[in-house]
Amino acid sequence: MDWNGIFSGALSDMIGPFAAIYALAAVGLNLHFGYTGLLNFGHVAFMLVGAYGVEVGVVTFGLSFWLGLLIAIAASIVLAVILGIPTLRLRGDYLAIATIAAAEVLRLFFNSSYTQSVTNGSFGIGPANGTFASLSPFVGAKTYQLWKFQYTGATLWVMIVTWVLVILGCILMFLLMRSPWGRVLRSVREDELAARSLGKNVYSFKMQSLVLGGVIGGLAGVMYAMEVPVQYPNNFMPEITFYLWVIVILGGAGRILGPVLGSIIFWFVFSFLGSFLTGLFPNSNVGAARIAIVGVILMLLMVFRPAGILGNKEEMRLEVR
Amino acid sequence: MRSADDQVGALPGGAGTGSGTAEPAVTGAPAAANPEAETIDPTLIEGREQTLHAQQQIAEEPSPAARALAGTAAIPGVPKPDPILVADHVSRRFGGLTAVNVEHLEVQRGTITALIGPNGAGKSTFFNLVSGFDKPSSGRWSFNGRNITGMPAYRIARLGMVRTFQLTKALTRMTALENMMLGATGQTGERFLPALLAPSWKSQDRAIEQRADALLERFNLAHMRDNFAGTMSGGQRKLLEMARAMMVEPELIMLDEPMAGVNPALTQSLLGHIQALRDDGTSIILVEHDMDVIMSISDWIICFAEGAVIAEGRPDDIRSNQAVVDAYLGAHRALPAAAQGSPADRGPGPGSPSEEGSDDGS
Repeated sequence: MDWNGIFSGALSDMIGPFAAIYALAAVGLNLHFGYTGLLNFGHVAFMLVGAYGVEVGVVTFGLSFWLGLLIAIAASIVLAVILGIPTLRLRGDYLAIATIAAAEVLRLFFNSSYTQSVTNGSFGIGPANGTFASLSPFVGAKTYQLWKFQYTGATLWVMIVTWVLVILGCILMFLLMRSPWGRVLRSVREDELAARSLGKNVYSFKMQSLVLGGVIGGLAGVMYAMEVPVQYPNNFMPEITFYLWVIVILGGAGRILGPVLGSIIFWFVFSFLGSFLTGLFPNSNVGAARIAIVGVILMLLMVFRPAGILGNKEEMRLEVR
Repeated sequence: MRSADDQVGALPGGAGTGSGTAEPAVTGAPAAANPEAETIDPTLIEGREQTLHAQQQIAEEPSPAARALAGTAAIPGVPKPDPILVADHVSRRFGGLTAVNVEHLEVQRGTITALIGPNGAGKSTFFNLVSGFDKPSSGRWSFNGRNITGMPAYRIARLGMVRTFQLTKALTRMTALENMMLGATGQTGERFLPALLAPSWKSQDRAIEQRADALLERFNLAHMRDNFAGTMSGGQRKLLEMARAMMVEPELIMLDEPMAGVNPALTQSLLGHIQALRDDGTSIILVEHDMDVIMSISDWIICFAEGAVIAEGRPDDIRSNQAVVDAYLGAHRALPAAAQGSPADRGPGPGSPSEEGSDDGS
């Protein structure tokens, strides 16, 4: 087996564009779950409307990339508000059910023949990354050497921009979470009724959190559309949401850098497992086995390290009342 | 061991109660108990006598608010001279069960008003209704003369009517200080955009922190300031919740069983705090089951049974009220002669079914 190749592949995926995109989406999910306690099991829906916002805007309606970006952000806000209005006044599990259903409904809807005139359905839509690529200082098709890793110019550009967005997202989270706004959010996570009894409009705070996290998820979708120029609705399968959950919990929910660390480790393991299993069973489809192993890792994590890598174990235990 | 010191030492001095001199005595208790294991440590008896003395003092000195109620008749639904909370025809039905059905109820400003009644009498449901945590089937109520019927809980809290919960709701993964600071209202930094600009809320936040520290000090929680609320004992959480409610600067604070599951020493301390709040001008409504506590602390008592107010009055009125006795012990099936002998001065006559005696006083 080519251990060298397996490891260098895993290391290069660890900081690659997908690790960055997943980290960005996980920053949004961390705001939802880690800080506000919202059970969002359909985060991939925000990525979908983000990616399709820019694709449909640019390809179908011929708008500029920047307008497409605005559409993507607006679509994320609209989705968050639509999900939030009926569910945020109810107990947390209702949001979980609504989001998991919404993500599937959106994927199937974008895939259906009704919407084909706009989304091009299952034939895919793209590319929308012309303007984005033209801003790149790198030559798209050329291969660049970054330390030991090789990336094409296009990928390198997506990677750098996305990691910058991740850093900006983390700074935003840091600023928000040390403010009284973040304090209210955490109180909502701990006990909604207590927050209400102290004069906090819990519904409004949950909505703000859902919208902001959703927009961050939408931006992750936009970057996904930049990395993979032709998008299909079936790119946004529910398992992406659960990968994001693995990332948030692995890194440590409610920690600023949790999603970043989680995404890096997740992509290393994920990539390593893919190459390793393929090397072990060269002629079989190892995708399912890879997902199963990720599931086992998540289970082990919940048993032995429920607070994640950056989380405080003592703090976690306090929840058991 | 540490928590025992805290609790006994937590008797506040300012409230006209005995000051917390029992502290060193209790710290030395284990050592003193060694030679003769059979006898009770005299210092403990001394401590108990001090608290009893404090209770007597309280009973002997009626608060100004209690004096304001001196001329008020002890009949259900009686109008008060200066009501802070007025409820009319408030009812809440769960299917066929009427949990609350209050014709008319007024709560006097500046008093400690206790709601008593057997389990299931509707006290907590009434609490939930007027504080906006539950929606009534019918009725209207006003706070400070302002109609707040159907107003969301958070807006009622902002108006200055704050409640606590029967099951303590400490925000476990936040520090005691954060718990406290959350309580302050009108924070600039709680709006999204200003939150990003620290200078816009920093000075306000510092003022809030000082107020929080002062209250933590007052409630003897200063040493827990930076600990997670989840690490606190049950009694400390009760204190924290009360202190946190005070951060809202309420005019009326509604305490739902503040003494439930709290040891006697801390109960005494909590009582002191509640009285101190009253003496500072805050109105207090509390639901409580411990009759000793109720009788020693309340200026006015309202008794619920089967959702309705069956009796109101000063502690002495309630003690002798036949309707209250019936509600707690069941409608009497005593011998006719024995029933005649019972002192039923203000309540409905012993022969009548007493729960129906809630005719509108106004």
